[in-house]
Amino acid sequence: MQQEELKIKLSALLPAATFEEGGEWLTMQVEPTDWPALANNLLTEPTLNFNFLFCLTCVDWKTHLTMVYHLSSRTFGHNMVVKVQLDAAKPVIATVSDLWRTAEFHEREVYEMFGVNFLNHPDLRLLILPDGWEGKNPLRKDFEDPINMIKL
Amino acid sequence: MAEQQAIQTEFPGKIHEIPGGGVVLSKLDDIINWARSNSLWPLTFATSCCGIEYMSVAGAKYDFSRFGFEVARASPRQADVIIIAGTIVNKMAPVLKRLYDQMADPKYVIAMGACAISGGPFFYNTYSVVKGADHVIPVDVYVAGCPPRPEALLHSLITLQQKIKSGLTREQIRIGKE
Amino acid sequence: MIEEIGTTPEGELIINVGPQHPSTHGVLHLVITLSGETIRKVEPHLGYIHRSIEKMCESLTYRQFIYVTSRMDYLSAHINNHACALTVEKGLQIEVPARAQVIRVLMDELTRVASHELWWGSMAMDLGAFTPFFHAFRERESINEIMEETCGARLTMNYMVPGGVVQDIHPNFQKKVKAFLQLYKLKIHEYDELVTGNIIFQNRMKGVGIIKPEDALSYGVTGPAARGSGVSCDVRKIYPYEIYDTLDFEEVLETAGDSFARYMVRIREMQQSIRIIEQLIDNIPEGDFQAKTKAVLKLPKGDYYTRVETARGELGVYIVSEGGTTPYRIKFRSPGFSNLSILDHIARGSKLGDLVAMMGTLDLVIPDIDR
Repeated sequence: MQQEELKIKLSALLPAATFEEGGEWLTMQVEPTDWPALANNLLTEPTLNFNFLFCLTCVDWKTHLTMVYHLSSRTFGHNMVVKVQLDAAKPVIATVSDLWRTAEFHEREVYEMFGVNFLNHPDLRLLILPDGWEGKNPLRKDFEDPINMIKL
Repeated sequence: MAEQQAIQTEFPGKIHEIPGGGVVLSKLDDIINWARSNSLWPLTFATSCCGIEYMSVAGAKYDFSRFGFEVARASPRQADVIIIAGTIVNKMAPVLKRLYDQMADPKYVIAMGACAISGGPFFYNTYSVVKGADHVIPVDVYVAGCPPRPEALLHSLITLQQKIKSGLTREQIRIGKE
Repeated sequence: MIEEIGTTPEGELIINVGPQHPSTHGVLHLVITLSGETIRKVEPHLGYIHRSIEKMCESLTYRQFIYVTSRMDYLSAHINNHACALTVEKGLQIEVPARAQVIRVLMDELTRVASHELWWGSMAMDLGAFTPFFHAFRERESINEIMEETCGARLTMNYMVPGGVVQDIHPNFQKKVKAFLQLYKLKIHEYDELVTGNIIFQNRMKGVGIIKPEDALSYGVTGPAARGSGVSCDVRKIYPYEIYDTLDFEEVLETAGDSFARYMVRIREMQQSIRIIEQLIDNIPEGDFQAKTKAVLKLPKGDYYTRVETARGELGVYIVSEGGTTPYRIKFRSPGFSNLSILDHIARGSKLGDLVAMMGTLDLVIPDIDR
């Protein structure tokens, strides 16, 4: 499906969403409360069928955090990006690991690196960092480590 | 020529001819050092990229079993030398210490690659890398490179053998002082 | 670390495999719950080689961060560098000359063959055979020599830069690659005799660790592990980059989904890579090997994503840029991270001895997972 068709279809599904200009793939901005229903629709709707979540990450913009989900459809071949803005002080969002099982590990990594709390995640704990690093979120921009980090 | 003689491994000692055969006179320390250096068994310990060069040295082109390192043991209780091939990070450091403690004396350590010597390419702006394996365990021989060529690793193995034969290893110096 | 994991029901035993273990291909710590010899649960503990590469790259410029990525999945080092160079070129809209494109694809395919060779040798060693290890390294040494003459290093060669390649190929390159192809064709039958046709290996791998196609999609498995179950996911075919759309090669698919199918996919992929090298080695176009770029590279504001096919699966490089000389955020979508997540799902109910065959055919390289 081409980008224009996708845009029309997705606006019909969720009128409140906005789209970003430019970029290689269709980029959609969604509120955290609308995300679970939209994710379910993206997976189960027969003409969309985004069954391959290939990248799940987070970007720290200091005033807010943005979750970025890259989705692709193996049956139709179209790709899209969904961005969800979260509050920097208390970032909370629903998990998608019941829809795409690959999100389990990816969300654990975002939890330990950025401190985002995923609701209803089956097993939310540290994955890569050693014990004792709960609460210190290294990939945030305000991570302080005077011994190792050199400020340029 | 002097270097070639240093590498030749003659049995240490002087042979005195007597009718019916000969007598070898030597120091017990020299004979024990000679035997130890020629059959060091390494522990299979490779954390990252240097591990692949270590495996190349074990292969047929650069063969380290010529020098006695043939049998690579998986258990630290049965190994003599630990070749730290790869980066050591904060989570792995206690594991490395535990492995080193489990090895029986006399044991030797070779730090292979820039990461094991000083943190290597991961020195600046990393929150999880130990800047050199010698912060965790004492090291005998350092091999530079990222990754070091197989010939460099062979050179370091031979250097370790010479160090053992000359009686300058840590345990021998410590025992000598007591 | 000694920690309380919890009490288990009667008859269950929790054991540790790793982190220091000859067959985990790196430092992977698995906590396995066993009931007799049958596996009930496998839990991977990662982070024993976490070198904080993503944080480090935020302080390196767009030319400097490429050297770090060759150390992520060091067996396909060229392909990692290629992905990073492609992302920067996409952001700056640089046109890569034809000669550089052909050289890059040649180096990628040689790296793929070398990586599969090492996989074959070490997987056979894990299953108990020592001889294939030496055969595999014999072929790998020929490829390393070719790389060393042109790129300067055997393992972590930083040869690809935004714009092309660092220097032109050595005059002996074509001759040596042709000699390697001749040698390879002579020796390939040894692989079938030693391992593929060996009844012991077949019994150990057939029916072990079956991945269903819908699980492969849901868990994000890519590369030969997914192609063994019939999922078509080769990035070189679906989203072609460089000159892959002009080349004649097949995507290798098998339908059984067990370890033997994944094994056969990799063996046949080696032959497809040889086919690509044969098509290109005599037709390297003349021209520049590097496009002219500015001295200081600054990507315009925005996000850029590139996907390539490494020997293990789909690697994604995601750069978020604010217009400066260093990236604001880099994320590497590594193939091993998703391939590992399916290990728990397929290992439940099988025996401990089969776990080694499963890990071997998933082809995990742990620094790729931990980054």
